[in-house]
Amino acid sequence: MGRGWTVCATIQPVRTMTDIRSTITAIMTPHAGRTGGLITALRAVQDALGHLPAETDAAAASVFNLSRAEVKGVISFYADFHREQKGRTVVRLCAAEACQSQGGRELRADVEQRFALKTGATSASKDMTLEAVYCLGLCSVGPAAMVGDRLVGRATAERVEAAVSRRAREAGR
Amino acid sequence: MSAPLRIFLPLDSAAVALGADEVAEALAEAARHAGAEPVIIRTGSRGMHWLEPLVEVERDGARHGFGPIEASDAASLVKALLDPKASHPKALGPVEEIAFLKKQTRLTFARCGVVDPLSLADYEAHGGLEGLRKALALDSAAICEEIMASGLRGRGGAGFPAGVKWKTVAGATADQKYIVCNADEGDSGTFADRMIMEGDPFSLIEGMTIAGIGVGATQGYIYLRSEYPVAARILNEAIRAAYEAGLLGASVLGSGKRFDLEVFIGAGAYICGEETSLLSSLEGRRGEVRAKPPLPALEGLFGKPTLVHNVITLCAAPTILAKGGAFYRDFGMGKSTGTMPFQIAGNVKHGGLFETAFGVTVRELVETLGGGTRSGRPVRAVQIGGPLGAYLPQSLLDLKMDYETMLANGAGVGHGGLVVFDDTVDLLAQAHYAFEFCAEESCGKCTPCRVGAVRGAEVVERIGRGEAREANLAMLEDLCELMVDGSLCAMGGMTPIPVQSALKHFPEDFDARVQRRAAE
Repeated sequence: MGRGWTVCATIQPVRTMTDIRSTITAIMTPHAGRTGGLITALRAVQDALGHLPAETDAAAASVFNLSRAEVKGVISFYADFHREQKGRTVVRLCAAEACQSQGGRELRADVEQRFALKTGATSASKDMTLEAVYCLGLCSVGPAAMVGDRLVGRATAERVEAAVSRRAREAGR
Repeated sequence: MSAPLRIFLPLDSAAVALGADEVAEALAEAARHAGAEPVIIRTGSRGMHWLEPLVEVERDGARHGFGPIEASDAASLVKALLDPKASHPKALGPVEEIAFLKKQTRLTFARCGVVDPLSLADYEAHGGLEGLRKALALDSAAICEEIMASGLRGRGGAGFPAGVKWKTVAGATADQKYIVCNADEGDSGTFADRMIMEGDPFSLIEGMTIAGIGVGATQGYIYLRSEYPVAARILNEAIRAAYEAGLLGASVLGSGKRFDLEVFIGAGAYICGEETSLLSSLEGRRGEVRAKPPLPALEGLFGKPTLVHNVITLCAAPTILAKGGAFYRDFGMGKSTGTMPFQIAGNVKHGGLFETAFGVTVRELVETLGGGTRSGRPVRAVQIGGPLGAYLPQSLLDLKMDYETMLANGAGVGHGGLVVFDDTVDLLAQAHYAFEFCAEESCGKCTPCRVGAVRGAEVVERIGRGEAREANLAMLEDLCELMVDGSLCAMGGMTPIPVQSALKHFPEDFDARVQRRAAE
C-alpha cells in the first residue's frame, strides 16, 4: 500500500466523480421498480449526502430508465430537493395564513434580524439556513417553527434561538 | 418495588411543539425521585391545544387533566398525582367534563387522545375493527350501499359524494385497483388529518381496508406530506403492527381477502393535495395536474381504477360500517350529513379541534368555543377552508357550516379549518399573499394559474400604491374571472376566492387614500 493512499484515506477521503456516482447508484438501486421510486430514491440520496450533487441526474436516469431531463424536472419541481448543501441547522418558519394571524410576519423579521440572515439564505459559516415553510399543521399554536427536526409552537425569536443553541449543543456532544 | 404511576401525555405534534417531550422527561424523573415507578403512555391529543401539554391520570374510572404543564411543574404535579386529595393549580378535573370536549359529537375522533395510538388491543377495546368485521361479512355492493346511505361527502374540500366514487371504482373492471389516501394536508388552518394519523392511526388503516374490500382493491397508499414526520413514524409503526396481527396482508383477519398498505412521503409541494397531481407524484413524476376526465375512479394511479379520498373521509368508514349508514346520516343537516372535525386556528384563545354535526355557526366555533382572539382584540375576519377559502367579515359569522350554505355565500367548508384574524389584519396584504402563494405552488401546467398568479400579485401591489385604482380593480376582476373559468384545477380556479372575498367584504383595505387618511 502506497504512502500517498494512506494519507488520503485517513485524512480526507478524496471522492472522484465516479465514486460519487457509484455511491448514488448504490443508494438508489433498491428503490427501482417501486411505486414513486424516483422521489423516494432522491430523498434517500439527499439524506445520505446532504444535497443532490450534479452526478445524481445521470445516476438516476440510468437506474430508473429515464432521460436526464425527466430527472431534472422532478428534482426542480419539489421544494424538498436542493442542489446545494444547507447549513448544519435548518430553521423553517411557517409563512402561511394561520401563522400570519398570530404574528408570523413579525416573527420572521425578528428572526432575520437576530441571526442577520434573510429567509432563503445560508450563513457564511454554514451554521444555519433560514427557510419559509407553508404549514406545519400547528395552526392553533402558532406562529410555528421547525429547528432541525424539533417543532416550536408559539414561537418567538428567543424560543427559536434557544432551540438552535440546544441543537448545536447536542451536535457538539 | 415502587408503585407504578400511570400518566397519559400526548405525542401529538402540537403538544410536542409546546414542550410535551421535555414534560415527559421531567415527569419521569420527578416520579422516580418521589419513589414511584413512572409509566408514561403517549397518546394523541384531545384537541384542546391551549391546554397542551395536557397531562392526564385515571381516577375512579375517569381521566383527570392537568394543563398546560411545563417541565418546571413536574415535581409539584407528581406530588399531586400521588396524593388524590392534594390540589394543584393546573388541575382541570375530569377531562370529558370540560365544556369544549363535552359539547362535541366525536364519531371519527372518539379514540383520539384516549388510546395508545400504537396499541391494537387498545383500539379494539374502544370499538375498533367492528366496521371491518361487518364489511368482511358483506359483499361489495352492500358495503358501497352503506357508504351511499350515510351521505358521506369527501372531507378534503370538494365535498363529492363518497358513495358515488366507491360505486364507480367497484363497478370498474381491471386487473388492479388502488385505494389512495390523500394525506397531503397543506391547507393552513387545518390539522385534523395530522391529529388522527398521530393519535388513532388504526382508524385510517381500518377505513382504507374497508374501502379496499368494498371496491375490490388490493393495494393502498397513504400519500403523506413530508412536513409531518411524527405522523410518518406513527403510521409506519401502526402498519407494521397491523401486518403482524393479520389485519393487513394476504388474508385480512383470516378472510382470504388481500389488502396491502404503505406510506409514501411527498417532497414539499402544496399542489400534490390535488388528486391528479398527487397521483402523478405517487408515480414518481412531477406533481403536475391532469385534465379530468378521465376520472381517477376509472383511470387513476398507473391508469388503473383508483379510489382517492382524504384521511377524514376514510376514517369515517369504520363508524359507518359498524353502526350503519343511517346512523351516520342522522347527524348534520340537509345534504351535509354526519360530523365534521372543525379546526379552530389562527389568532384564537381556545384553538383546537371540535368535531360536531354540520350546521354549527362560524360564530359559535370562533367566539363561543374559541373564546375570541388570543390577542384580545376584536375578530375582524375568519378565513374558512384554507388558502383557497373565503375571508368572511363579522356580518357573515352567523352562517351555518354546511356545504350548501357556504357555497351560496361565496365560501366553502373546505377541509373544515377556520383561521381567525383580529382587527390588525390588512386584507389587501392577505389578497396579495393569496396570489403569491399560488405563484409559489402552481404546478405550471395551465397558463391562467401559472401566469395569472404572478400578474394578480402585481395588480394588487398597484392597487395598494393607489395607482390607476379603477382600472386596476377592473383588471383584477377580469383576471379573477379568467382564472376561475380557465384553470385546470382548484389551485388557479379557487385562488380568486380569498382575493374577491377580501375585496368584497373589506373594500376599505383596498383604498390607498382611506388607508393614508387612517394612518395620519
